[in-house]
Amino acid sequence: MTTHPRVAAWSEADLDVVGRVRDVVRAPARVLSTDGGRVDPTAPEVVQLAADLVATMRVSPGCVGLAAPQVGEGVKVFCVDVSAHPKTRDHHGTFVLCNAEVVESSRNEKAREGCMSVPDLTGDVKRPSRVVVRGQLPGTGEEVVLEANAFEARALQHEIDHCDGLLFLDRAAGAHAIYARQTYL
Amino acid sequence: MTLLAITVLGHDRPGIIAGTTDRIAGLGLNLEDSTMTLLRGHFAMTLVCAGGASATEVEEALAPLAADGSLTVTVRELPDQQPQGLVGTQWVLTVHGGDRPGIVSAVIGEVAEVGGNVTDLTTRLAGELYLLIAELDLPASVDTDALAVALRSVADQLGVGVTLRPAESDEL
Repeated sequence: MTTHPRVAAWSEADLDVVGRVRDVVRAPARVLSTDGGRVDPTAPEVVQLAADLVATMRVSPGCVGLAAPQVGEGVKVFCVDVSAHPKTRDHHGTFVLCNAEVVESSRNEKAREGCMSVPDLTGDVKRPSRVVVRGQLPGTGEEVVLEANAFEARALQHEIDHCDGLLFLDRAAGAHAIYARQTYL
Repeated sequence: MTLLAITVLGHDRPGIIAGTTDRIAGLGLNLEDSTMTLLRGHFAMTLVCAGGASATEVEEALAPLAADGSLTVTVRELPDQQPQGLVGTQWVLTVHGGDRPGIVSAVIGEVAEVGGNVTDLTTRLAGELYLLIAELDLPASVDTDALAVALRSVADQLGVGVTLRPAESDEL
């Protein structure tokens, strides 16, 4: 797999605005179950939202991704950064995508997922471990098509699901695939 | 040979399963299917056993478990029947949203309406979030797209989200 050089080189400094830490909303907030609207990635409010998502992810322990619906905005924008996670193989560091979609996927694997918006539960979810994702970078609006594998592929699909109004609960493998947890990380 | 359904419910503590199965083994019963979980922190177990003992004999043997009042034990004889094979298609139904009375009955009512059978069910209340995950066996004749529409309509009325997906199994 080859990483996308433009995405790998991207950082939130490219946005040229200061991100604000936002409150993270929890299920059953309706925004989490609502298909997000497409955005203009060059719009100033979208650039600010992108910076806010990264800033909020940075201050949240263990957080490897955050989608706009999780801060109460029903639109298709998310950030990820799996670079510090032990399950990561290849990765692109920190980046934000707008209007992203999975265009190819293969090699299903099952793994346990959690979510800041569902802090009391975890669940087993089967997802492709290799994906090709198309989206736009905030600010420039440049379209990128990137390959991702292993944990970055899982994180991307989890966040794209958020943007489409789906939680990992909607993809639980079965009636016994959901587990209670006492504390979030 | 008698087939017995044994339920044990009540206050959770270490040793309930050990105490139950030891007495069952002592009667020469074979433990066939079983399930156990904690429901809102309470111990809940159902066992299906086969053997030569009657329901009354098993009830008497298990009575010491319930002697302090913290557990309820029931034993019932089951009719002998062959498990029915799955005849339709298997699906996973997820419902989540704000807690309110009637979510399960309204949603599962739509499944029953088309002759669908729930083969496994978990519901959880986590804070304000109510979650239902059901595994379904739907007759081959069911229009699943139409069922999904009906489920979404009910879910909208309840203010909850619903997802119906084929259950995946990998044949190895």
